[in-house]
Amino acid sequence: MINLNSLLSPVELEALLLSIRVSFWAVAAGLPFGILCGFVLARYSFPGKMLVDGLLHLPLVTPPVVVGYLLLVLFGRNGIIGSWLAEVFNVTLVFTWQGAALASAVMAFPLMVRAIRLSIEAVDRRLEAAAATLGAHPLRVFFTITLPLSIPGVIAGVVLGFARSLGEFGATITFASNIPGATRTLPLALYTLLQVPGGEASAMRLAVISLLISILALVLAEFLSLRQKRRIEGHA
Amino acid sequence: MIEISVKKQLGSVGIRAAFSISAPGITAIFGDSGAGKTSVINMIAGLIRPDEGSVRVHGTTLFDSKSRVNVAMHKRRIGYVFQDGRLFPHLDVKQNLLYGAHNRTSRATLNENQDGAESGGPLTSRSLSDVGELLGITHLFVRRPGQLSGGEKQRVAIGRALLANPRLLLMDEPLASLDAPRKNELLPYIARLPAEVGVPVIYVTHSMDEIERLADQVLYMRDGIATEFGPTEEVLNKPGSSYRRSALL
Repeated sequence: MINLNSLLSPVELEALLLSIRVSFWAVAAGLPFGILCGFVLARYSFPGKMLVDGLLHLPLVTPPVVVGYLLLVLFGRNGIIGSWLAEVFNVTLVFTWQGAALASAVMAFPLMVRAIRLSIEAVDRRLEAAAATLGAHPLRVFFTITLPLSIPGVIAGVVLGFARSLGEFGATITFASNIPGATRTLPLALYTLLQVPGGEASAMRLAVISLLISILALVLAEFLSLRQKRRIEGHA
Repeated sequence: MIEISVKKQLGSVGIRAAFSISAPGITAIFGDSGAGKTSVINMIAGLIRPDEGSVRVHGTTLFDSKSRVNVAMHKRRIGYVFQDGRLFPHLDVKQNLLYGAHNRTSRATLNENQDGAESGGPLTSRSLSDVGELLGITHLFVRRPGQLSGGEKQRVAIGRALLANPRLLLMDEPLASLDAPRKNELLPYIARLPAEVGVPVIYVTHSMDEIERLADQVLYMRDGIATEFGPTEEVLNKPGSSYRRSALL
C-alpha cells in the first residue's frame, strides 16, 4: 500500500483530496441533468433547440475566465441567484469548495451531455417500442431499456467530465478564488507553487499526480465501457 | 370479438382495412411486400395512429377517431412479435420473458384486483414454466439473446409476448428472417398457440406455405387496401378474387 503522506507534503495532499472531492461532486451533481439534457436533445425537436444546444456547448468555446465571471455575476453575494440562495437557504457558494464544484460542473457539463446524447441516439428505438407493447410505461422503458443500453456513453461522459473538472482552472480561480484548503485544487496549487521560489519540485509532483489520475480514469473508463458493451452484445 | 376499421395515408399509399374476427384461431394478413400488412397491425398495436377509424378488442375501444379515443401503446395489452425478435440484448432470456409479466402483474394487483389469487407472483412463475415448456425454451433461460439462434430468438419473443398476458397477439412475418429448417422448427409452435393459450393471433405473411399450414382465416391486401376476408379455403379458392388475379399475373 502506498502511503500518500510519505510521498506528498500536507499542502499537496490537501490539494489532491480537494480536487477529487470537487470533481466528484461536479460530476455527481451534473450527471442527472446531463442525462436529462442528453435525452431531450437526442429525442425531441422543439422550437429553439439549436439555441439550447448552443448555450449548453458555450462553456466549451468560451474562455473559462468569462464563465467564472458570469458565475460571479449570477451566484455572487449580490447576484440574482446568489442573493436568493443566501437569503432563503443561508448558502454562499462564492469562495467555497462547493463554488469550485459548481464552476467545474459548468465547465464539464457540455462534454458529459455530448457523450450521453450520442449514446442515447444510438439506442435502437425499436426496442423501446417492443417494451411498450409489453406494457411498460415510458418511464420504465427509459430506466430499463434506454438508460442501460446507453451506459457506455454515460461512463464516457462521467470520465470526460471528471477529467475536465480535475483540470479546471480559469472559472474556478475567478469564481471561487485560490484559498488553501477551500478552493485551491491541484491546478491552482500547481500554479501557486510556480509563483514562489523553490516550488518546482512540488509542482512537478503535482503535475505527475494529475497525469496519473487522468490516465487511470481513462483506462478505467475504457475497461468499464468495454465490459458493458460485451455484456450488451451477450458475450459475457 | 375484434373489430378493426382503419384508414391511413402513408406517403403515396392509402391504407384501408376493415374486418372483424369473432372466432379464435389464426387470422393471416396476406399480400405482397408493400401492400400495407404491417401498417395495419402497427395501427392495431398503437405504433401508428390511424387517420380515421376504430380499433376494438373484446369490447374495449383502443382507438376511435370520432370519439377521440387513443389508448397508449403500453396500456393496450396487445402482444407483438416482430420480424426481428427485438429481444433486449442486455437482459438474459428469463429477464426478457418476464419483462412484460412484471408490467401486467403489478398493474393487475394495483388496479384491477379482479382475482387476488391469480394476479400476484405465483401466476408469473407458473406461466413462465408453462410458456417455457410450450415453446421448448426452458433450457435457454440463462442465456443472452446474442447467444441464441434465429429460431430460438423468435420462440423467446413469442414467449415474452404471451407472458405479458395479451388479449390479442400480433405477429409480423416472424419466420421471414429464418432459413427453411428453422422455419419448420418454429411453425408447429405457432400453430399450437391459439389452442394452448386461447389468444387470437393476427399473423402477417407473404408466404403461401405459412398460410396453408397456419391460418384459419385470411385477409388479403393489395396496394394498401384489404380486398378479401374470410375462411382460408374460401378466400384462396374464390373464383375471380383479387388474390387469384394477382397470383395469375
